[in-house]
Amino acid sequence: MTDRSARRERAGRIRFAVALGAPTLLWQVAFFVVPMGFLVAMTFWSVRNFRLQPDFTLANWATILSAGFFRSAYVYTFAMSAMAALAVSLAAFPVAYALAFKAGTRLRLLLAACLVVPFFTSFPVRIYSMQIFFSPNGLINTVLAGLGLSPIAVLNTPAGTFVGFLTLTAPLVVLLQTFALAAVDRQLIEAAHNLRCGWMRTILSVIVPSARVGLVVAGALAFVLAFGDYISPQFLGGSNPPTLSILIADQVKSGNHWPRASVVAVVMIATLTLVLGALLRFAYGGQGKA
Amino acid sequence: MSALRLAGVLRTTLLLFWCVVVFAFIFAPIVSTVVFSFNVDRFPSLPWSGFSLQWYEAVLSDATVRRGLWNSLTVAGGTAILSTFIGFTTAYVDYRFRFFGKRLYMALAALPPTVPVVIMGVAMLTFQGRIGLSGSIPGLIAAHVVICAPFAMALIRMRLSDLGRDLEPAAWNLGAGQWTTLREIVLPFVAPSLASALLITASVSFDEFMIAWFISGLNETLPVRVLAMLQGQVSPRINAVGAMVFAVSILLVALAQLATARRLAATRLTGGDP
Repeated sequence: MTDRSARRERAGRIRFAVALGAPTLLWQVAFFVVPMGFLVAMTFWSVRNFRLQPDFTLANWATILSAGFFRSAYVYTFAMSAMAALAVSLAAFPVAYALAFKAGTRLRLLLAACLVVPFFTSFPVRIYSMQIFFSPNGLINTVLAGLGLSPIAVLNTPAGTFVGFLTLTAPLVVLLQTFALAAVDRQLIEAAHNLRCGWMRTILSVIVPSARVGLVVAGALAFVLAFGDYISPQFLGGSNPPTLSILIADQVKSGNHWPRASVVAVVMIATLTLVLGALLRFAYGGQGKA
Repeated sequence: MSALRLAGVLRTTLLLFWCVVVFAFIFAPIVSTVVFSFNVDRFPSLPWSGFSLQWYEAVLSDATVRRGLWNSLTVAGGTAILSTFIGFTTAYVDYRFRFFGKRLYMALAALPPTVPVVIMGVAMLTFQGRIGLSGSIPGLIAAHVVICAPFAMALIRMRLSDLGRDLEPAAWNLGAGQWTTLREIVLPFVAPSLASALLITASVSFDEFMIAWFISGLNETLPVRVLAMLQGQVSPRINAVGAMVFAVSILLVALAQLATARRLAATRLTGGDP
């Protein structure tokens, strides 16, 4: 009798756990794992007479990996994203430093709240504003002319793409770096000051090492965002030259060659996984030392 | 000593100047969108030539924009409800249970937002095209829930961390079943985070343009309409749509902030203070 009720209770507990655990599993498998798996399978399909056919061919891989336009787009996208991640990390650091150590708690909270705003304001619209600022007769060139300087051409050049990457990543990186620096132990910094450590040395040998994980994670996310961005290279860079995400969009939207787009997408995922893995290992690697 | 102090003042000034530059870079596009959406001129230039609502009128009388807005709101609403439900179950499972494969389960629940949206877009298009879901509102909702549920999960999980570990067992000892405890103890406790999860996920979905661009087909959402307008000519109508989108998103986020997020940010950001 007690044995049976105990068994019933146990069955009820399991039902409860399964009922709560199942929705996520079902949804993410059906609409995330399966589409991603399908994307990989799609790279082996063929297109005949503009129609997709299940197949097992390596032709798409061979075509894409040996194509000059793919290789140059890959190198360009990788280099631009890496430079943007580095530049935005360097540009953000003084701001995060000021927010974490110079600003009072209330000002810090207020500015951090402001930095959340861009995440919820349409990125394409912000890029449209940048288009206007950097247009040949736009605000930037008007100011430059007023200062007696020659106009700069940013739109439809790699510089435009770069500006877009900075627009995309700056709020996130400033915010994450501020979190990282705010968590640094103040006593370490005071100790450094007491030992007559200069400000530059305090930053380089005390603050940066103790905030290393946060700083690297911020840079890594900047790289991920820039690497997959379509809006900046298209609307500020003028697809000149194209990035990998533009190749994907072109293959899908105008070329109608989904398998080739899938190859590019899978190569991008592989690259991001490798880069993120390496950066996170670097970030957490020597944590004991700090 | 005075040379040292001068160097210090110079350093602080430079630091302040750089902060202003970076903040200007981040916020100028947002401010400019709002300001020029009320400008008379077709081509934005300074000084501002006069106040006008003509771009808003032009946008609101545009049937494609109205339909996009309606589609976006429908998708955002459906996404918010489903994401919050799924986010809650995941957060609770993480809080309550330990089981084999939990790390994989949590990775599955948390990872989708880290996949570039352009790749999600292609994956969704090829898959949904195959099962005939592509181009439909339910298809859009299905895709948006995948990237929004993790945000809901994170918000609700953080709230659950504050739920005393012995509250639930106490209720069980008093004879309440697991479902009753969930309904009477856990749900009321996380209610504020459910509200903020609903609002934040609605906002993320409302702003999402890339996946929607790939799969929305004829059911364009508002951000997809904006992309189409961007491909055309310079027009202050983009500013007007943009300002309206900002207004909706910021309203949602501000409401969410009121619900819970404020305390959270406060504890995270004051953590380093003595």
